[in-house]
Amino acid sequence: MRDVAVLGVGMTKFGELWDRSFREIGIEAGLQALVDAKLSSGDLGALYLGNMASGSLIDQEHIGPLILDYAGLGARHLPAVRVEGGGASGSLALHQGYLAVASGLYDFVVVGGAEKLTDVPDATGNQITSSAADHEWEVVFGGTLPALWAMIARRHMHQYGTTREQLARVAVHAHEMGSKNPNAHYRNKVTLEQVIGAGPVAEPLGVFDCAPLSDGAAAVVLGPMELAHKYSERPVRIAASAVACDTMAVQHRRDVTTLDSTVLAARRAFEQAKRAPADVQVAEINDAYTISALLALEDLGFSEKGHAGPDFEAGRFARGGEVAVNMSGGLKAQGRPFGAVGVAQVVELVRQLRGEAKDRQVANPTLALAHDVGGTGATSVVTLLERAS
Amino acid sequence: MSIARFWRETPRRYNLGGSKCTMCGTVYFPPRAVCPTCAHHRESIGKMEPFQLSGDGEVFSYTTVHEPAEGFEMQVPYVLALVRTVEGPVLTGQVVDLAPEDVRIGLKVRATFRKLREEGKAGVIHYGYKFAPAEDLPNRPPGRPRGAVGAPAGSESDRAAA
Ligand SMILES: [Zn+2]
Repeated sequence: MRDVAVLGVGMTKFGELWDRSFREIGIEAGLQALVDAKLSSGDLGALYLGNMASGSLIDQEHIGPLILDYAGLGARHLPAVRVEGGGASGSLALHQGYLAVASGLYDFVVVGGAEKLTDVPDATGNQITSSAADHEWEVVFGGTLPALWAMIARRHMHQYGTTREQLARVAVHAHEMGSKNPNAHYRNKVTLEQVIGAGPVAEPLGVFDCAPLSDGAAAVVLGPMELAHKYSERPVRIAASAVACDTMAVQHRRDVTTLDSTVLAARRAFEQAKRAPADVQVAEINDAYTISALLALEDLGFSEKGHAGPDFEAGRFARGGEVAVNMSGGLKAQGRPFGAVGVAQVVELVRQLRGEAKDRQVANPTLALAHDVGGTGATSVVTLLERAS
Repeated sequence: MSIARFWRETPRRYNLGGSKCTMCGTVYFPPRAVCPTCAHHRESIGKMEPFQLSGDGEVFSYTTVHEPAEGFEMQVPYVLALVRTVEGPVLTGQVVDLAPEDVRIGLKVRATFRKLREEGKAGVIHYGYKFAPAEDLPNRPPGRPRGAVGAPAGSESDRAAA
């Protein structure tokens, strides 16, 4: 296995992109990444595309070759593979691209993620969101993705004393950072009172505890580290890429307040990189629901179990804190186009490591962590990124 | 959802038929073909026996749902819970016959057979388990809920299945 570098990044604005089609946004992100990498498309070996639900959302499956074709690469007959893992589809695609380059099979690959959520009504979008949960034993009985996360939240509050205010702080922080991100779905700030006073979705979670339905696409170009300086002035090394899975339904978990998939993916990633959570300066984590972020901080090793709420309140995860979390605005404010999320996390972190994050820039980071979750945690992906010297 | 897709799970959704690993004794719902926790994972193939849950349990966590799952639009707001059964498995289901403010972690409940959801005006009606309080509450009289399913814990049918 050889070292793999991120050579180029690109992403579209996230949000309600009424005037733009799935293929348009997919291609925009991919071409941006190619240009950023100073790579000729003739050098490419394959395309990996993360996408959760194009069949339900735009009546189109088989989207690997679709994007390849409209990116002007159809005549090169490259392999184009779609990867699906619920909301973690983008990071899973990244894992596949990483394996392909690390193995030596291909030198350069594009990893994209794209989702078009606003071509269906909101109610349909919410149902499709819930298809990442267990249909037969959760959804049929009245479960939705926010309802399942709400039950995780209620149990976390019961066991550890986590408060409604601590949950709300996650959303306030996300909107604060989203206000500094021109690509974010939401750029408005919100107050604690607004989050707590918003209409209920599944108690204790309200409208502002839930990430929106967004359109968007993101892409990165990967290549071997030994060739990286030829294609990028500031290459970023993938120090680790790890995936772990867990039971499909929340009801079957060892511990409802822990995502074992996240614990294991993080452990594997830190072992691979020979690093520890304390070495990370900047992280993009799953905050699809405010409770998701608190669980992530604990399960990734940034907080002790049950302490993420108070730690968040104390500012440990703000810009300038011990670990700067979700400088992009996270899924909550930057947006949640399922398949694009995990790839966009890496785009943000590469920009942070290169010092290109402008108003959101963290002071001189060297190690960054991306954390992506599918459904209620049946899949977690953890990626560690390191500034190459 | 197609009729066949719902119909084939009827023994589980109507009667709480689970399975028990004869290697380690763990009970599962829904039934499993292989034991996920057993050290003898491979050896448990073909050693899983049918097991009838009693339907008794308590609320492990809950939420009041305001943005419903498809087919539950007429029931909003409804209480959804993770119910830990006395036999061990945790089930996801609605808690009915109580005011939402009366649900709490630890509330004793019992499975009851109800209509789950309707697929549109002319569509299929799905039936299955929900849970009702099995203890005194301010707003509801005590007693065994109507349409109770499953066998009382330790009954004849329970032992026969095990
Ligand atoms: Zn067993």
